[in-house]
Amino acid sequence: MLASLIVLLPLVGSLLAGILATRGGIRAFTSAEHDTHNPRDTRAFRGRDIFAAAVTTVPMILSALLSCFLYLTLGDAVIHETLFTWIRSGALEVSWAVYVDRLTAVMFCVVTLVSAAVHVYSLGYMRGDRSLPRFMCYLSLFTFFMLSLVSADNFLQMFFGWEGVGLCSYLLIGYWHERGAANAAAVKAFVVNRVGDVGFALGIAGVFALFGTIEFRAVLGEAGEHTAATWNLLGFDVPALTAICLLLFVGAMGKSAQLGLHTWLPDAMEGPTPVSALIHAATMVTAGVFMVCRLSPMFELSAFALGVVAITGALTAIFAGTVALVQNDIKRIIAYSTCSQLGYMFFAAGVSAYGAAIFHLTTHAFFKALLFLGAGAVITALHHRQDIRAMGGLAHALPLSCAALWLGSLALMGVGIPGLTLGLAGFFSKDAILEAGWAAGGFTGWLVYVLGLAAAVLTAFYSLRLLFVVFHLPQDAAAAASARAEEEAAHADTDTHEHDAHDEHDDIREPSRWMLYPLGFLSIGAIFAGAYLHHDFVGEHAAEFWHGALSYAHDPLAAAHGHIPFWVKLSPVAMGVVGAIAAVLLYFVMPARRAALTTKFARAHRFLMHKWYFDEIYNLVFVRNTWRAGGLFFRGGDKGTIDRFGPDGASLAASQWGKCLRILQSGYLYHYALAMLAGLVLLMGWMLIQARF
Amino acid sequence: MPLLSLIVFLPLVGVLFLLLLRGPEEAVARNAFWMALWVSSVTLLLSLAAWFAYDGERGGFQLVEENLWIPQLGLGYRLGVDGISLPFVVLSALLTPLVILASRSIRTRVRDYMILFLVLETFMLGTFCALDLLLFYVFFEGVLIPMFIIIGVWGGPRRIYSAFKFFLYTLLGSILMLLGFLYIWSAAGTANIMELAEGLSLDPVTQRWLWLALFASFAVKMPMWPVHTWLPDAHVEAPTGGSVILAGVLLKLGGYGLLRFSLPMLPEASEFFAPLVFVLSAVAISYASLVALVQDDMKKMVAYSSVAHMGFVTAGMFTFTRQGVEGAVFQMVSHGVLSAALFLVVGVVYDRTHSRLISSYGGLVRTMPRYAVLFMIFMLGSVGLPGTSGFVGEFLVILGAFRVSGVLAFFVALGMVLGAVYMLSLYRRVIFGVPGSGAPLSDTDWREVVIFLPLAFLTLLLGVWPGVLLDMTGPSVDGLLSLMGR
Repeated sequence: MLASLIVLLPLVGSLLAGILATRGGIRAFTSAEHDTHNPRDTRAFRGRDIFAAAVTTVPMILSALLSCFLYLTLGDAVIHETLFTWIRSGALEVSWAVYVDRLTAVMFCVVTLVSAAVHVYSLGYMRGDRSLPRFMCYLSLFTFFMLSLVSADNFLQMFFGWEGVGLCSYLLIGYWHERGAANAAAVKAFVVNRVGDVGFALGIAGVFALFGTIEFRAVLGEAGEHTAATWNLLGFDVPALTAICLLLFVGAMGKSAQLGLHTWLPDAMEGPTPVSALIHAATMVTAGVFMVCRLSPMFELSAFALGVVAITGALTAIFAGTVALVQNDIKRIIAYSTCSQLGYMFFAAGVSAYGAAIFHLTTHAFFKALLFLGAGAVITALHHRQDIRAMGGLAHALPLSCAALWLGSLALMGVGIPGLTLGLAGFFSKDAILEAGWAAGGFTGWLVYVLGLAAAVLTAFYSLRLLFVVFHLPQDAAAAASARAEEEAAHADTDTHEHDAHDEHDDIREPSRWMLYPLGFLSIGAIFAGAYLHHDFVGEHAAEFWHGALSYAHDPLAAAHGHIPFWVKLSPVAMGVVGAIAAVLLYFVMPARRAALTTKFARAHRFLMHKWYFDEIYNLVFVRNTWRAGGLFFRGGDKGTIDRFGPDGASLAASQWGKCLRILQSGYLYHYALAMLAGLVLLMGWMLIQARF
Repeated sequence: MPLLSLIVFLPLVGVLFLLLLRGPEEAVARNAFWMALWVSSVTLLLSLAAWFAYDGERGGFQLVEENLWIPQLGLGYRLGVDGISLPFVVLSALLTPLVILASRSIRTRVRDYMILFLVLETFMLGTFCALDLLLFYVFFEGVLIPMFIIIGVWGGPRRIYSAFKFFLYTLLGSILMLLGFLYIWSAAGTANIMELAEGLSLDPVTQRWLWLALFASFAVKMPMWPVHTWLPDAHVEAPTGGSVILAGVLLKLGGYGLLRFSLPMLPEASEFFAPLVFVLSAVAISYASLVALVQDDMKKMVAYSSVAHMGFVTAGMFTFTRQGVEGAVFQMVSHGVLSAALFLVVGVVYDRTHSRLISSYGGLVRTMPRYAVLFMIFMLGSVGLPGTSGFVGEFLVILGAFRVSGVLAFFVALGMVLGAVYMLSLYRRVIFGVPGSGAPLSDTDWREVVIFLPLAFLTLLLGVWPGVLLDMTGPSVDGLLSLMGR
């Protein structure tokens, strides 16, 4: 009952806000009546807004409190509430259920706590927005889908939540629907996710074909009996379990923005910043990691699939880290950082350290949400300017935001003191992951360990670069001007003039209380979450803590516990220091070298600026060819072939035959007489010939 | 009480009254509208009564009426429904009053328009209720005539071309089907579909020829690639009501025919030709989705999406698995609701601007928020989002398809991606963005909302609680598969 309540409360809030949004002249669902192009004038709350805020935020906070209560009291118990049957067709039986074990309880806390913080923050950030009820409705709806994803007891309900969060992500990215870029990003996010979801859906179909059920407990329990099963695919015999795991992992890659299917995540930053914090940093994008962990007993049985998971994760960590080095949009830098950190989680899962993956997921949720919300505070203060080149020296004007971003960044970099177990949240979890990589050994283990260390250098560098440029270095006038020009060009299509009046930094203010409280709350998480949780999540008795929710068959940490050399524990922090020194050198000690380096490695710089050219290549290969194929089929196929030789051809032939035959029907008696005569002659001639022989 | 006869022929009774209407033109038009609305609404209620009278757990044919007509020849007037046909009876009975409600933009020959739709309703209901080969054939082909006239009289500028194309395509198939029926009837000595389904056993070679003859007709109606090109033209030129019935019900006749005749009566041939059907379905899904992408006419885009969605149906049906076949039936019903709704959605803005071009719209959400919400629901259903009816059918089909072949399942699933691409880009271009230069359009009025609400409700209901339909179809699908020896 309690668990169902946690899931359903946000839905109730969402429905109430939704009704509110569609009623009241329905104007709320749109920005219909608003005449200016600025969707965020700073008018006071109106009555409807207050009501919408209350009916969504209060249930959300309640849900968060209940989640914490559930987490603390759950113990080793498992709650399994079946609500009613969803789909029943022959052997297939799927229920709506709430299934809570330790893993779900942890996810409940992460999702509801961050969501509650974001709900409150939004009241400040979206203040005066014309359609606040709609926004709150989407946020709560998202939370509901996310909770039903993590509390699923079967693959299909997970898929329901999976696509549901995708829908909310689509709606929220495109929230400012008059912006062309926002709409494009929303569609892109949905479609790229759909590509991944096809993998997921096929994986589910594969599970059903192999196991005859899609209930988690049955499937995970029986998985060991099907290790020898193979499927014939295009003549190849593929091991069925590996195929299933890889298909499911394609789904995880799409949702968690892993290399290849990551292109939607940076674009998703077109959405309002609270959305980026909740959906595109803390919760939805971690769904893929959650899925792999939830299915860990099955993934354990396929070494190949695990290797793919680990290497994809490590490559993503490196790739996204390098791209983040040179980006200029504050939100995109953090987005690439998210992408990179998700890579860490996958590589932990790939080396069977599921506890470490969930640990990093949890700590990351806090400090990354903090980073985004802090960035949102800066963006609000600057009247929705996001290019860091147009910022600079803001530390004095925005001390609190500056502190929040510093704290988030330090937690992200994993600052702490090895050996003393003293550090910020990221210190513990990143450490656990890298240790796991080292302990796993073998080719995969070493590869991901080295790549992970390299990514740690990058993390420190891009985090500090962001902080320095935004807060501590004076604004570079030339760069700021070019940034402004670019921004205006980008927004030319929507004729947004919101920046014009606010070019000076004179009216920069710290955000309102609504935005500060959540920042404070998340700061607590970013500082203490690691120290508080690491014993349970990755400590010596982690296997008992997770109590079967995660597979501990091959956990490298448990195996190597106590035998990890000190230099391995030291290495992540050391790498962070290397990155930090590089950043300080390039931005404070000898800034001139920076420009020199950029020109010296212009090609590499361009490569990174263009994000390894993924978008360009995809456009060239997939998007353009898809449209070209559509045009070809339509003009060449339907019109050129089928119609031409089918119905049109037939009717043309009929009418032409008709024309030919019409000549015969001249209406002149002598023509007919002649024809009769000719016929008679032919007939008689034939008969005569017949008689002769 | 002969419930089914009442359902089938009540609209014809309404036609009689419509013919008797006299008076000034405007009054006749108004009375015709209300008359047709009432008659079709009562028919809907009766069909719901049949739904509840049917014992879903028992399955099989129920509410059977049988009157021998020419006993010597085994011909008779036989009506009855099972779990597969009953949903379509209700669907047809639901869509007709909605279409009549949506006929506000019809200004000329209103009475004739209403008469034709009621005649059409009788034929549609008759097709789904008929349990006699001859009776089925008469209803099945009869549907063509009112639809042909509706397109030809109330259609757009190229209506004559489209009407004839529609007629030519479907007639070609019908002739072959008639020959097939004649052969079956002479071979079995009866035209009773219930007996034929259980007792017809022909040698495999004959089965194949017959299968092809029937398939020619059903494939055109479906429509399957490559005999689909009549559909976009017919949809584009037809008035909104015509498109709705065409997409909502007429496209289901083909699939229903395959389920009623080809699968149970010609099981060996069905298995023999299954690979062919799979290839055609896979092509239909990807080809039609790609073509839908490049359309600039909204109706044409929805029409091509119908071709793609019907590809799911055929793919699922010929897997001969419980999930596949049930998914196919579910997908047909769901598509009946969704495509009907989408054509009505297009009709709303067409009534206001008389343009079907996507490019003439933009930013509609500003002035039409209610419309945007309704459109969103149907768009998501068409995309197959879990929680909407579109998902259940597609997913069951994928489950069934995967058991047959991973490659087939891949192509079916590919439709999910392409479907998202064209529907979302349609929605984005029409609803979002910056409004065009024209005068702002008014939001949906109460009549339009009344039309959309039941469809939106069904979309969500079938998505969240598909058991309503699956419990009805399940036993009958099981029965069908056991007839096939599965």
